[in-house]
Amino acid sequence: MSAVPKHENYDVVVIGAGPAGLAAAEMTAGFALSTLLLDENAGPGGQVWRAINSTPVKSEALLGSDYWSGAEIAKAARDSGAEIIHRATVWSLDRNLEIGVSVGGGSAFIKAKRVIIATGAQERPFPIPGWTLPGVMTAGAAQTMLKSSGLVPDCPTVLAGQGPLLWLLAAQILRLGGRIDHILDTTPRANYIAALPHAFAFFTSPYFGKGLAMMREVRAKVRVTSGVTELAASGNGKLESVTYVAGGKRETLPAELLLLHQGVVPNVNLAMAAGVEHRWNELQLCWTPVLDAFGNSSIAGIAIAGDGAGIGGAQAAVWRGRAAAGSAIKAARSNAKVSDVSPQLRRAERGRAFLDVLFQPAKQFRIPQGDTIVCRCEEITAKDVLDSVAIGATGPNQLKAYRRTGMGPCQGRLCGLTVTELMAEARGKTPQEIGYYRLRAPVKPIMLSELASLPKNDEATKAVVRG
Amino acid sequence: MTIHVEGHPITAREGDTVSAALLASGLDVRRATAVSGAKRLPYCMMGVCFDCLVTIDGVGNRQGCLVPVAEGMQIDIQKGKREIGK
Amino acid sequence: MKDYDVAVVGGGLLGSAIAWGLGRLGQRVAVLDEGDIAKRASRANFALVWVQSKGLGMPAYTGWTVRGSKAWPKLAEELKAQTGLDVVLQQNGGFHLTLGEAEYEQRTQLVARMHNQVGAADYQMEMLSVTEVKKMLPLIGPEVSGGSFCPYDGHVNSLRTFRALHAGMKQFGVDYLPERAVSAIARDGDEFRLTSAQGEIRAAKVVLAAGNANQTLAPMVGLSAPMGPTRGQIVVTERTMPFLPHPLTTIRQTDEGTVMIGDSKEDELDDRVQNHPINAVMSDRAQRTFPHLARLNVVRSWSGIRVMPKDGFPIYEQSQTHPGAFVACCHSGVTLAANHAFEIARMVKEGALDEELVGAFTAKRFETAAGVGGSGYY
Repeated sequence: MSAVPKHENYDVVVIGAGPAGLAAAEMTAGFALSTLLLDENAGPGGQVWRAINSTPVKSEALLGSDYWSGAEIAKAARDSGAEIIHRATVWSLDRNLEIGVSVGGGSAFIKAKRVIIATGAQERPFPIPGWTLPGVMTAGAAQTMLKSSGLVPDCPTVLAGQGPLLWLLAAQILRLGGRIDHILDTTPRANYIAALPHAFAFFTSPYFGKGLAMMREVRAKVRVTSGVTELAASGNGKLESVTYVAGGKRETLPAELLLLHQGVVPNVNLAMAAGVEHRWNELQLCWTPVLDAFGNSSIAGIAIAGDGAGIGGAQAAVWRGRAAAGSAIKAARSNAKVSDVSPQLRRAERGRAFLDVLFQPAKQFRIPQGDTIVCRCEEITAKDVLDSVAIGATGPNQLKAYRRTGMGPCQGRLCGLTVTELMAEARGKTPQEIGYYRLRAPVKPIMLSELASLPKNDEATKAVVRG
Repeated sequence: MTIHVEGHPITAREGDTVSAALLASGLDVRRATAVSGAKRLPYCMMGVCFDCLVTIDGVGNRQGCLVPVAEGMQIDIQKGKREIGK
Repeated sequence: MKDYDVAVVGGGLLGSAIAWGLGRLGQRVAVLDEGDIAKRASRANFALVWVQSKGLGMPAYTGWTVRGSKAWPKLAEELKAQTGLDVVLQQNGGFHLTLGEAEYEQRTQLVARMHNQVGAADYQMEMLSVTEVKKMLPLIGPEVSGGSFCPYDGHVNSLRTFRALHAGMKQFGVDYLPERAVSAIARDGDEFRLTSAQGEIRAAKVVLAAGNANQTLAPMVGLSAPMGPTRGQIVVTERTMPFLPHPLTTIRQTDEGTVMIGDSKEDELDDRVQNHPINAVMSDRAQRTFPHLARLNVVRSWSGIRVMPKDGFPIYEQSQTHPGAFVACCHSGVTLAANHAFEIARMVKEGALDEELVGAFTAKRFETAAGVGGSGYY
């Protein structure tokens, strides 16, 4: 499917067809606003409902009811009248609400009266020694293969990290007959105590019962080591073993696959490149946009919904999508009757603080040392970053000039948080004071020929061709 | 369906991404980085990490995790920097 | 008591080169700089070490540029010996390629004008036919009509140069003081006091190397620096195998393998936004010049603000009312880096600018002429 946008102007452009984007697009289209939903993947669902229309795993029980709840929302969006384009990469968004989108090897600019960014989350970088070795992947990667292709590990496999997704993935792999040899739980013991004040809200949230059942299911089948304080992958050209320390004892496990996970963080590239103000979130340890209750950002006309607004999970994402859609509808038609979704949103967000505190990753898994690679693209280590601080780099942008961190194709997605926290620690500053990379379009690589085919004018030619 | 990896035919399932098909093939599909030539395999499978870069039908440095397989596709493993004309 | 012999205001390529040069001469130096987010041409430049067509309207600038180009190997060698960093200086000549006949004619006339002005022998800039160009750049496309070539031209890894200068400053004992924007400078007896929110620095001499901000700093010490900054945009691709043995005015391949495509000149001064049609024009011209670039992925584009004195030529001056206060600002901080590191640093240490070398670059020229129309830029 490589349909290009039918129009040059839309009332609402929604970017990302995960829970938030699907819900938002369905609602704005339902109010007869011209709505375009752009998504990078081959089908709707985002990460959490990936391959919802195409998964070869058909059994309801295997993937769980939370997964299948996505089918209904995806169908509603499809039937809503919104124009939906998949395999469309949005590579530029600016404060004029002009959107650069690449579809099928060609690019175009479209204009929107409102933009709802619903680009979701990515997994938090997990920079341990050896994390670039073939055979080390994120848990999300394994889950993607499981949902899209029905593939599960059949080699010696270690799952390491923490957070609800880790246990969900383990349960799903086991249900599909896959292999997990060992789970290394890195949840810091102190977090259990720190999370207690938030426990009541969590115990009364929908997560609680499901989460507990899943952990029980996994523990019955796989050896689990808790309180892991150190983790390293090693091997020659590919993963051969995983070394860990728990309770002061060092152990080495043979492994061909190591799946890492320590939570998810907002995808900030598009919003930051558009100039949306973000602040460091001390609880979630990531950048989150500054938003009002409807997701409206510091840039007029741009709202952010879903996990991109701060991690809240799939249910919250749906309601945030509807809240942002409601705001867009109100802006277009002040007399439209839009119901207030804040009670539903509050309910869906309940228990989040408990999870945030309990699964706040330990410092040693966020801030690496020595020869551990920080920037995977440019192969820059923690020591390289500290050397740069020593000669005067105060933040990520000067570091970039010195060492090219963040200049590779991933554009800082897998080093940005690490760089900020590492520099903050080295300089005795807060991450907020250190700041982040200044991001620029294209936020995803596009072909030169695509840029070349975009509209030109005499003024631009004069600015370039100067004899 | 059948796709070709460095000229070898492998079987892929419709709906697979190129990266998933490569990983499932059992072949050595490690790419070499453009910086040091280090061996890598896909890390995130969701379009973020760019460690799945691969040459597809003669076009280099494509994100294999975002491209669905198609019958007869010719895949080459990315070896370092993008080649001229690929 | 004075803290330093010299305080350099500005830690970009120009300030760093002068400070490094002063440190090299054994001076006690402080560099006061802004923080991580600042308008820094040092991080946004195109990295050419460029001679051709520089100096139309001011022959002295041609001489200064040629001198800087010739001194660059010494700077590169010293930086490598000191820091171990190879800045990958390449000076085997550079091109300005033209697309179509009209551009070729226009360039031919410019080359002729240059020859009429300065001794052609110094310059060796010549027009080459498309056949001659193709011998040296076999991958050019059918629309390329030829171009000008100058054997002195070259390029360097300017970001690594920036890093090497900072690493070298540290080794020379220069105090690099970032996050210290200077708000006031005052003379107090035989020293200067430089005020910032983080406190005061005292130095016997002060060098203003703050780029376009010199415009506001210079009057504090009886100097002037009329500036006319412009914005430039650059597009950069992913790494590809080496294909371009010579840099062009608008296309160069870095030692890492990325291809930089430049550049525009606009009056707009907001470096946070981009002009999309300009990126389209630059990309289109790049793929017409080298058709194989069409399928390369662009990983980033940016705009930067040029440090640009009003007439395009450098300003170097010592204050008459505040002796010991110098101003230095220019476009082409990469090309002129060796001049700044060796010549300007030496002059600052000696306390007098060398009339013969840089006398033409006084800001007094702005008081007399109604603005010299020039080509400080290529």
